[in-house]
Amino acid sequence: MGWLFILPSVVLFMIFVALPALSAFYLSFTDYDILTETEWVGLANYAMLLKDKIFFISLKNIVFYVALYVPLMVVFSLSMAVAVNQSFRGVGVFRTIFYIPSLTSAIAASTVWLWILNPHYGVLNQVLAAIGIVGPAWLAMSSTAMMSIVMVTLWQGAGGNMILFLAGLQGISKELYESAMMDGAGRIQSFFRITLPLMRPTTFLVIILSMIGSFQLFDQAFALTQGGPGYATMTPVYMIYNEGFNLLNMGYASSMAVLLFLVILLFTILSFKLNKDEKEMKK
Amino acid sequence: MKITKTLNFVEKIFFTAFLICAGIVMFLPFYWSIITSLKPDSEIFSIPISWIPKTITLEHYYNAFTTVDFARFFINSFFLASFGVILNLFFGSLAGYSFAKLHFKGKDLAFKILPSSFMVPGIVTMIPQFLLLKNFPLAGGNNLLGQGGMGMLDSYWAILLPGAAGTFAVFLMRQFYQTLPDELGAAARIDGASEFAIFFRVYMPLTKPAMAALSIFTFQAGWNNFLWPMIVLSSPEKSTIQMALQAFSYNRSTDFGAMMAGSLVAILPMLILFICAQKHFVKGIAFTGMKT
Repeated sequence: MGWLFILPSVVLFMIFVALPALSAFYLSFTDYDILTETEWVGLANYAMLLKDKIFFISLKNIVFYVALYVPLMVVFSLSMAVAVNQSFRGVGVFRTIFYIPSLTSAIAASTVWLWILNPHYGVLNQVLAAIGIVGPAWLAMSSTAMMSIVMVTLWQGAGGNMILFLAGLQGISKELYESAMMDGAGRIQSFFRITLPLMRPTTFLVIILSMIGSFQLFDQAFALTQGGPGYATMTPVYMIYNEGFNLLNMGYASSMAVLLFLVILLFTILSFKLNKDEKEMKK
Repeated sequence: MKITKTLNFVEKIFFTAFLICAGIVMFLPFYWSIITSLKPDSEIFSIPISWIPKTITLEHYYNAFTTVDFARFFINSFFLASFGVILNLFFGSLAGYSFAKLHFKGKDLAFKILPSSFMVPGIVTMIPQFLLLKNFPLAGGNNLLGQGGMGMLDSYWAILLPGAAGTFAVFLMRQFYQTLPDELGAAARIDGASEFAIFFRVYMPLTKPAMAALSIFTFQAGWNNFLWPMIVLSSPEKSTIQMALQAFSYNRSTDFGAMMAGSLVAILPMLILFICAQKHFVKGIAFTGMKT
């Protein structure tokens, strides 16, 4: 009976997750364009990949993006969570305001930000102009395009992580802070000595989830900049999309996907290891 | 604003400044898109910014809906997201219940294999899934070997079936079923109820909070999904609202009034859902975050 109940999920999982995941590795060793027969080419795709300058640029771009996005995300969402964890009148309004950007789709948010970041009439540059700064053409310059995407995705992503942090903060007992205060600890001291160490599991979760997600950046790069200017916001997933579904080089695109998977895996394992080492050092 | 008494004056100023700055940054995009969507073109491009529209017009909404069939794409997306919720709720509950409450051979092994899917990023399965759907036997004009036709491509099954294979639903529901007592089922079993009736009549009604959270997540994921529908759907009339909005803002990249109107329409269902089920959003995120 038990098997009968899990059967639909298991069958769907096998067909649409397990089988495709394994086929991805197989496909990466083949030349396949849908129209002609699949041809085994061994490591040829990977050899080509190592020489692919644009794919290399996209990898560099995504590492830059992740390195900027993940730490800023932790800082922003944790500060917002700490702020709305206080009790004051109107705290509910702030919680809501901080959370609602997370409801928007990547496409709708990007469309709105196209207008916010408009060099002449956009609200950002007009506000900057009011305080005497000439804002750049955010999305049209390779130096600021990726930073603009960081800005948009931070705006969108911070609320969800804030809720995760908030749940963690509410699990910390108030007595800890009270006794620390009696021992003469200041607010800042208790934040670094009590809050941060106790929030460690939540922080780690937020880092891992944001990292895996942000390595697969596509929607915003597609809707805001189409990977440009030049290749400034070209991401690996964008490359895989182009190569696989526009040029129909399914084998080659699969080798890109496998390589991106390995990169994500490497960073994930590294984070787990760092987390463990630091925990042991503290002991 | 009254803040916890123990804050001193400097801290109070700092805290209030942070709240106000963060509040403005997070809310401004909404305000800015709403006022833009209501202003006539001449006022949209005025410098300095008119923060409160002098004339209010609905022409951008009218334009957006007449140049693109947003109503149709809205319904498409609504159908896809809702049907996705039903599939995930049913299969997720069934499997989650089985993992939490029933005993069967190979259960532990099956449960150990499932989490491996969390380690596989979506991008890895994208191309094989596409090929699988295209070559699905006996679907969309295909023969038994999966050749000759389009398979499941360009049909909503191409989005719904892979979407129902999510192990997230199974995990979430299992965690919740585990908190329910075993005695409920035992009592019903003595009364001679069938196993399915025990699941459906006795246990499932008790999982409303978890089902609400799962529904919200699945709906949001389905409604906001962009890349996968763009890959598998080719008939323009089957497009989702996100695809239509992207195409619209790409083609009419200076028509900001209509772009904002379209974006707001695309956000509206999520906003309404949030207002109606605010509690479940927060609880759901906190619950999944703590259990993963």
